[in-house]
Parts: sequence; C-alpha cells; structure tokens
Amino acid sequence: MDFLNALVAFANFVFIPATAYGAQLALGALGVTLIYGILRFSNFAHGDTMAFGAMTTILVTWLFQSWGISFGPLPTALLALPFGILGCMALVLFTDRVVYRFYREQKAKPVILVIVSLGVMFIMNGLVRFIIGPDDRRFADGERFIISVREFKALTGLKEGLAIKTTQGITVITAVIVVALLFYFLNRTRTGKSMRAYSDNEDLALLSGINPERVVMITWLIVAALATIAGTLYGLDKSFKPFIFLQLLLPVFAAAIVGGLGSPVGAIAGGFVIAFSEVTITYAWKKVATYVLPDAWAPDSLVQLLSTDYKFAVSFVILLIVLLFRPTGLFAGKSV
Amino acid sequence: MKKLLTATAATALMAGAAFAGGHGKEVKIGVILGFTGPLESITPAMGAGAELAMAEVTDSGMLLDAAKVISVRGDSTCIDAGAATSAAERLVTSDEVDAIMGADCSGVTGAILQNVARANGVVMISPSATSPGLSTAEDDGLFFRTAPSDARQGVIITNILQDRGVQEVALTYTNNDYGKGLADAFQASFEAAGGKVTISAAHEDGKADYSAEVGALASAGGDVLVVAGYVDQGGSGVIRAAIDTGAFDTFYVPDGMVGSKLNENFGAELNGSYGAYPGTDSAGAATFVEMAEKAGFDGTSAFAPESYDAAALIMLAMQAADSKDSADFKGHIMDVANAPGVEIFPGELAKGLELLKAGTDIDYVGASAVELIGAGESAGNYQEIEFKDGAYSTIKYR
Repeated sequence: MDFLNALVAFANFVFIPATAYGAQLALGALGVTLIYGILRFSNFAHGDTMAFGAMTTILVTWLFQSWGISFGPLPTALLALPFGILGCMALVLFTDRVVYRFYREQKAKPVILVIVSLGVMFIMNGLVRFIIGPDDRRFADGERFIISVREFKALTGLKEGLAIKTTQGITVITAVIVVALLFYFLNRTRTGKSMRAYSDNEDLALLSGINPERVVMITWLIVAALATIAGTLYGLDKSFKPFIFLQLLLPVFAAAIVGGLGSPVGAIAGGFVIAFSEVTITYAWKKVATYVLPDAWAPDSLVQLLSTDYKFAVSFVILLIVLLFRPTGLFAGKSV
Repeated sequence: MKKLLTATAATALMAGAAFAGGHGKEVKIGVILGFTGPLESITPAMGAGAELAMAEVTDSGMLLDAAKVISVRGDSTCIDAGAATSAAERLVTSDEVDAIMGADCSGVTGAILQNVARANGVVMISPSATSPGLSTAEDDGLFFRTAPSDARQGVIITNILQDRGVQEVALTYTNNDYGKGLADAFQASFEAAGGKVTISAAHEDGKADYSAEVGALASAGGDVLVVAGYVDQGGSGVIRAAIDTGAFDTFYVPDGMVGSKLNENFGAELNGSYGAYPGTDSAGAATFVEMAEKAGFDGTSAFAPESYDAAALIMLAMQAADSKDSADFKGHIMDVANAPGVEIFPGELAKGLELLKAGTDIDYVGASAVELIGAGESAGNYQEIEFKDGAYSTIKYR
C-alpha cells in the first residue's frame, strides 16, 4: 500500500506535470530545430511567435464563446486552434517577406540573422502586448479534470490523490498526433523529402531542381502551426501571459540544443530531458521517501537537491554538459 | 547672446516667483502607488480613497485659509525601485508636492524614503507598506504609515491559526521585501507559540507554472498552506496549482492576497479557507464605505481606508502646524492621530480642521481606527475573513 502511495505521489507531482511540460517544450523545440535545419539560424522570435499564435487562438475562442459555441467537455480553444494557426501563418509569412528574405538574398551570416530575429522578437512581443494587453488571460473552459484528486481517492481508497487535468491529457495527445503527422510529412511525402534534402545540402538540392523559396515557405507554415499549437497548449494548461513566452524561450532552446539542433527526434527527446530534469531535481522527495523507506530511515529534511528557484539553472547546466561533451547534441544534429 | 541668456534667465526666475505666489493657496499632495504592477487591481481604490479626503478638505475651505488641495499621481510600479524613485523625484522636484501619500509596497517605499523623501525633507505616509524593516529605517522623523508592521500581522496569523487548532503549516512567500518580511515575522511568532512550519519556500512572481513549487510544499506537508504573496501574481498561481494537484485544501491568505480577484479566480474551490487583512469595526469604517460608494469606488477594497487616513493625517497635521512645510508639520502627525483630543471620523475633516484652528486637540480615528505607535506606524486592526459559498466575508475583528 505504501509503495502504491509513493507511486501515486510521484505520478501526481513529478510524472504527469513533467510529461505535459515536456510535450509543450518538445513542440516548441521542433519549431526551433526546423528553422535551424532549413533556414540555418537560431530563431529567437520563436517564443513570441508562440505567443502570437496563442493570442489569435484566444481571440477566436472568445468570439466562439460569445456566440455560444462550445466543444462539450473539451476546451473551445481546440476549435479555435485552426484559425489561430492561420493567423500565425500570415504573420510569419509576412515577417519572412519583409525581413528575412532580404537577408537571405544578401546571403547574410547566421549570426546576423540571429540578431535580426531578436529584433523581430521584440516587435512581435510588443504587438502581442498591444493587442491583448500584458495581463493574465484565462480562456480554458469545458471539464477541468479527467480525474480529480477527490475522485481518485474515493475510487482507490489510497491516501495520496492523483489529478490529471483535461489540458494535460489534451497536451500529450495533441503532441503525439502532431509529431506523428510531422514525421510522416518529412519522411514520406515529396515536399518533406525535398525539405530534408535542402537541409542536408543546399547546393545539391538546388541542382536537383528544388525550389528554395517554396521550401522556405513551407517551413515557415509548419513552424507557425507548431508554434501556435505549443503556445495554445501551454496557455491552456498553465496560463496565458505575453511575458511568459519570453521566459519559455530559454528551456525551448535548451531542449533543441540538447537534442541536437536540426534533428526533429532530438528536439522531442530534448524537450522531455529538460522537463524531467527540471522537475525531478527541484522536487522535494521527502513524501515519496517516507512511503518507500522503513520508518527508521524516514528523512527529516525535504530531500530536495535544489530549491525551485533554480529551475531554469537546471536546463542550463544540462545544456553546458551536453555542449562540453557532445557538441552536436544527443541525436547528432548540427554542431552549434 | 550673453544678454539674451541673462534676460531669459531673469524672465524665468520672475515667472517662477509669480507662479509661487499664485500657488500660495494650493497644497499639493503626491499620490504614489503601484497603478501598474502586482497591486494594480487594488491601487485604483486606494488612490480614490486618498483623493476623497483631499476633495473633502478642499470643499470645506478650512485648511490653511481655504487652500486648494491638489493630488498629483505617480506610479510606484510596486516592484521597480528605480522607476518608483524617479517617479517620486518628479513629484517632489518638478511638481513640487508638499507631502507624499505612498508608496504602497514595502520595497519601493523604502527606496523612495531614502532617496527622495529624506533627501528633500518631505513627509511621506504610506497606507500599505507593512515590512517590519521599515520600523527601524532611518527616516529623520519624516516617515509614517497607517498600515501596521507585519511583525503584528505575524502575531495575528498565529492567533487565527491556533484558535482553529492548526499546529503544522507550510509557508510560501513572494520573493521580495514584503513576502520575506511577513514570512519571517510569522514563522518566528508561530514557532514561539509552539507551532511548526514544515517549509518556508519562496516563489517568484510572474511565472505561468507553479507545479514544481507546490510539489515541494506538498512534500513537506502541513494542515494549511500560508500564501504570503500577491493576488494578481504568483500567490494565485500557487493556490491554483495546489488545488489542482490536491496538495492542500485549506489556505491562509494574508493582506496581499485578499481581493475580489480571489473570488473570481477560485470561487467555491476556496470554501473553508480563511485569512485576515487590515480593517476595523469602528464606526468610521462604515461611514467611509458609504462615502466611497457615493464617490463611485469600493470602500471595502484592501487599504482604501488606510489611504484616506494617510491623506487626512497629512492635511490635519498641516493645519495643526499652520504650515504646509514638511519640516514644520512632521512633528504634529503623531499628535493629531492619537489621543487625547476630540475623536474625528471620516467625513468630519472640516470639523477637525476647525478644532485645530481654534487650538483644540484632536484624536483622528478615521476610517481604519488609526493609532500610531512606535516610530509612527499603525497599531493594527485586522478583520478575519472566511470563504463560504464561493466568496469571502468578514467574520471577526481582531
């Protein structure tokens, strides 16, 4: 019984939150890694692209809610998601047309593009704050829980409760679907193959008749979709606040680099590595340990390796270790 | 060129002198509160409270031979000491305010006190800075507050928890002067009374996700989670995560957490939780709520009565000293606030001014039953609240 309690406490406070967070990071990191693989620069504006996509989704969600359209037990935001993606696609195509294309034609060095993307980031950030304001926005509706603590306790009679939020379930399921679609697209379709070819060797791809502008456009479209989905899921599960996405940029980049920049599989693995290490290292293991260990060994202290203040530091330590010993990342992406 | 410069300078000087003359019958009070930032949902009512007192005095025409009281607002941001200092600097040097009603949060209040108020010799009365550290800060006799120190709130929280038989609590605080000060004061008082604080962990404001913080708190355990944070910021986030994961059912909410936002954010999920924030059952409080309603704002909002009192004390002390010069009236603030004297309630500022003019002592009670003790801070009256049916209501005064 104690062992079950320990397992449930672990699942409730570590496994489930880390899985949902990892899925959100993985979706964000996929966008970063695609841009890096195909356009060959680190897109710092990615966090705010997520914010913009999520914001468009929220605005459409509010519109639907005011019309009385709902999605039953699921959040209305899922219905609004396609419109959010379209809005975000329009924005990234516009920025590509007016900003990035200019530098691409100049054959600008990646470091210049990085700084350019930093500028784009500030503009997008300002745009989002201007449109929706700097405050917290709540737009989740429908059932809050798949299983709540109270139901779980009544069902199992255990001392520890387990809660799975609807948003956490949706996050993981959506992430699986999106990743499956993306991999099918990259590995099986002609356009996907031409994108990978372009990423592997630009000159060879050009010689074999691949249209670079088309590849770039499709990349942006996919990235906009990924960013909007990641941003909306994060906003649904936690809360939407424009400033949050600036902070989210750090773990997203850490995930992409740890996994190996340019490698989609790496981005997903990196997302979960970062999420699980952030949560497990800052979790206080006292409760779990008390259940598992014999009474005499029960710890007095919290058994917490690092205070939760250092959550972001954890991602960076992992990043440093990976860069020192395996500069190409876990899944051998491009070296940074 | 030189002549032109001299001429311009002379004109400017003369214009300045003329302005000063024209403003002889004006009293300017700076209202510096966090109109943006973590307290932005309660500061509008605070500002309105202070301005209500100013309008009352202006209308009465009793202050310093019918002086007009003008409010000049500034934004303290609550968290950015640099921005707050420059806002206060502007109020004092360019708007030339005679006194400051503010600031709100403890950190920025300390910064303004040291960098602006003391440097320029201007009296400031804060309605809501509660850090115990401000009790012993160097203030040249210029700083007062109509809010009690959190050392007092620590004792109140201990009493409320122990009256309910709670012996073990987990504690989380927002990582700033206010949160840390209150958390330390409470922990000292609670442990002295035989209680146990299982964990005292900071949380950062402005994050989206507090599940890691709540995980640590839940692991430490306790009957109640004391959340010394802000309702517009991390405090609500921590409660949200704690409810969702079932880590805690009962919460204690100190002054920074009490606001109508709590009802909006959580509703019935908080049933059974409780807390306390400054307030009193003295007759003045009810009068103030009525006056506020007429003026179009919520008089029960946290620290709105204290703001009214802070502004009123400034003006009463000016009258007692018969001067709007901080150096002259700073010594009179304690006198008008405390007994002996005729008791003055909200809405009776005209009477108070008249009595002072006639040389009679007054004891300003005001909206929050002001009694200044120690270095010039409120002795502290708290109202205990409890959540029931998705909203909080006052159940007791302490």
